Amino acid sequence: MNNIWIIACREYKHFFINPIAYVLIVVFLLTLGGFLYLDIAFAAQTQQFTPNLQRTFQLFVFPLLFLAAPAITMRSIAEENRQGTLELLLTAPVTDWQLIIGKWLGSFFFFLTIIAITLIYPIILNNLITPGIDQGLMLSGYLGIILMTAALTAIGVCVSSFFSHQLAAFFASLGVVILLWVIGSPAQLTTGSTADIFRYLSITDHFYQVFMIGIIKLDSILYYLSLTTLALFLGSVSVETRRWR
Amino acid sequence: MIKVSKLTKEYGTRTAISEIDFHIKSGEIVGFLGPNGAGKTTTMRILTGYTPPTSGKAEIGGYDVIDQSLETRRIVGYLPETVPLYPDMTVFEFLMFMAQLRGTPNPEDRVDDVLEMVHMEDRAEGYIGNLSKGLRQRVGLAQALLHHPRVLILDEPTIGLDPAQIIEVRNLIREIGKEHTVLLSTHILPEAQQVCDRVLIINKGRIVAEDTTERLQARLTGAQRTQLRLRGNAADLVPKIASIPGVTNVVSKTDDTIEFESAPGQDMRAEAARRVVQANYDLLELQPTGMSLEEIFLQLTQDEVAPPSIDDTAVVESF
Repeated sequence: MNNIWIIACREYKHFFINPIAYVLIVVFLLTLGGFLYLDIAFAAQTQQFTPNLQRTFQLFVFPLLFLAAPAITMRSIAEENRQGTLELLLTAPVTDWQLIIGKWLGSFFFFLTIIAITLIYPIILNNLITPGIDQGLMLSGYLGIILMTAALTAIGVCVSSFFSHQLAAFFASLGVVILLWVIGSPAQLTTGSTADIFRYLSITDHFYQVFMIGIIKLDSILYYLSLTTLALFLGSVSVETRRWR
Repeated sequence: MIKVSKLTKEYGTRTAISEIDFHIKSGEIVGFLGPNGAGKTTTMRILTGYTPPTSGKAEIGGYDVIDQSLETRRIVGYLPETVPLYPDMTVFEFLMFMAQLRGTPNPEDRVDDVLEMVHMEDRAEGYIGNLSKGLRQRVGLAQALLHHPRVLILDEPTIGLDPAQIIEVRNLIREIGKEHTVLLSTHILPEAQQVCDRVLIINKGRIVAEDTTERLQARLTGAQRTQLRLRGNAADLVPKIASIPGVTNVVSKTDDTIEFESAPGQDMRAEAARRVVQANYDLLELQPTGMSLEEIFLQLTQDEVAPPSIDDTAVVESF
């Protein structure tokens, strides 16, 4: 347990000794804040709708998180491997799964930090509109975003463990994310249980049609949790097989 | 402390090491010598738990390196050949990170201690990325010492250092070797001679020799050679030296030098010196010669070129 924490802390701190973290936080805040401002301005002008957080959640997931999660996790294992520091970690008394979970937690906590900062938007919005924002929607939206982040960063760390080149890891995990995004599309062509399976596998359907519109569903929670677990499991298997190569 | 038996590692079809056996006693400093690609790094990576062997067994301090990998890793300090470090961390941060991972009690005090051991107290706050090769090597060594390891495995610890740094690192290893068991690999032979109690010579994945440097020299020459230099005509003295019991093969190499051989383990230097002085010659120099480790190394690691076979020609002729 302790080892996981030590690795996670190093990983987390790493983002802040480089410009990566600050650049990413600025991009997230500018994008989300900019669009929210436009919404509010437009609503004030037309008086036809009340601005809400859905647009913010939607933008957070796509394109921001879809691009940022692979970008932030791409170096996690791949860079250790290229620099040779993986040899230090794998000869320290640390198990392969502790390494993977530690790496994942570091990236996950980093995104949680960004998510925490974005809480300023609901607060601002709550002050602007009467009778305030829909708090249920806000809760389910944030829960969905946190679950989605857990899954995407786990996929990123897992994919990174297969490569010794950051960019290769970035494009590969972007590919996996895109695949999980478009996998819901065939559901529109078929019907019955096949369609259900495709729809269940889609990483975006569980968000756009569940958490983003204010619903909290157990099977969607399970979907993200099992995706995270699977990715972390594959990642530690990958580190273990790396020893044999 | 380290027991290796029939250790084999194959990478696909390439055999990196093949059924190697050796034992290292507690407190020994053992040199692992061999040309590049002989299997030194592979063996060390197996011992440190980085990579599992294809077959065979290895034990460190009673722990099996495969079945009790975590226990082994706790008592082994390892400096990989490339000295992997995180360039964006300070020396102190990096050592703290490693100390915590290794579960060292009072990590801060221990980091200060090892920094003192490698004489880097003043660079603790500097970024690793800004350090010279020699300093990085010392950080690597400090990292390997953090957890009071019973066994220290160092892969080419002096490679890429300047002469002053090499001497420093060697002294450091000798110092460490007083309390720890050390296995270090090198292809610099004088280093093995100076630092190690014993050497293992490995070539093409097999151990070809294993002994102290002195005994290896003696074994390969079959005798100890001693050279005398004196003032006067050396040739006249040859019979006098030859009459010492146990001395063989006395030759006068140049006008003023004599070389003689004696059985390994028998020191004839004192007696020879006495004879020279008794014969009223001035003894200017007396030194054991013998094969250098380089020669031994080349002899052991040379490809054995098969002499042209007579049978082959015979077959051709019989047609």
